[in-house]
Amino acid sequence: MEVIKLKGTDDTPTIILDKENGIFEISGRSLPEDVTTFFEPVLNWLDDYQEEANDQTVFAFKLVYFNTASSKLILDILMKLEEMHENGKEVLIKWFFPDDDEDMEEAGEEYADIVDIPFEQVSYTM
Amino acid sequence: MDKSNVKGFLEFVYDFYRSMKAHEITLVYEGEITHQITKAFTSLTESNMAKQSEANSVQKKVFHVMVECLQNISKHADSFGSDDFIFAGRGIFMVSKGKSDYHVTTGNVIENDKIEELTEMLNHINDLDKEGLKELYKSQMKEGRLSEKGGAGLGFIDIARKTGKQLDFHFLPIDEGSSFFLLTSSIARNL
Repeated sequence: MEVIKLKGTDDTPTIILDKENGIFEISGRSLPEDVTTFFEPVLNWLDDYQEEANDQTVFAFKLVYFNTASSKLILDILMKLEEMHENGKEVLIKWFFPDDDEDMEEAGEEYADIVDIPFEQVSYTM
Repeated sequence: MDKSNVKGFLEFVYDFYRSMKAHEITLVYEGEITHQITKAFTSLTESNMAKQSEANSVQKKVFHVMVECLQNISKHADSFGSDDFIFAGRGIFMVSKGKSDYHVTTGNVIENDKIEELTEMLNHINDLDKEGLKELYKSQMKEGRLSEKGGAGLGFIDIARKTGKQLDFHFLPIDEGSSFFLLTSSIARNL
């Protein structure tokens, strides 16, 4: 499967989607000019991946900032993963947050409430 | 401009400067809000706050509020008169810093027939407590589709949550079809 590797900028996150090496990660800052267009390839990739998903998928979010428009797209990504989980694949979400960032921690809790999928909160020191 | 006009103009500039100082305005802009402008203003304010060793949490909140306010203008500001689409997406944007708070203020034109719905939405947000805002944000995220302009209706809720304060807003009539919508948010400096 094609590998998606996008280097982050000051307004777009770093994205790595690599089935072969089992790396699934979105990190950095997300406030793209056009969120829908920016995340479209990611959602399409996940649709394809779903057809031939690995036995286990650990998907890491390590964001330091995202705007409200991105928050909706993050939920769309999580819902795709939830679907995969419902179809019997093992999926784990790792939600990383800086240990002094309550808002980012809370954002993770909220997503965990919305989607029915194994969800792990991981704090780290920046 | 003849000589006396130049003098008058320059005096106006000085008055403008003094009044900015008096209101502790650190940034003021009028015009089209583009993505580039949003990036420039947020990074300028970020580096200013970092220089002044503002607490991390305060910096983050100011950043959040600025982004959402700027995007509100770029996506929702109407133009004077319905034909001048070229003037849509414009507004005034201001950041001021007092002893205890940062203030982020926006002003833009809005068509009168949108006022009722907007007022209802803002009042509803102001009536909710922390938990209520959280639930509203979650349900909007789940049910709300992104509009064609890319807004998810989440910006105001996010501002209220990040500041922990009511949204202060006001409408001033421009003409029979449109009004000026002003919104100001405060972020406490000693959290």
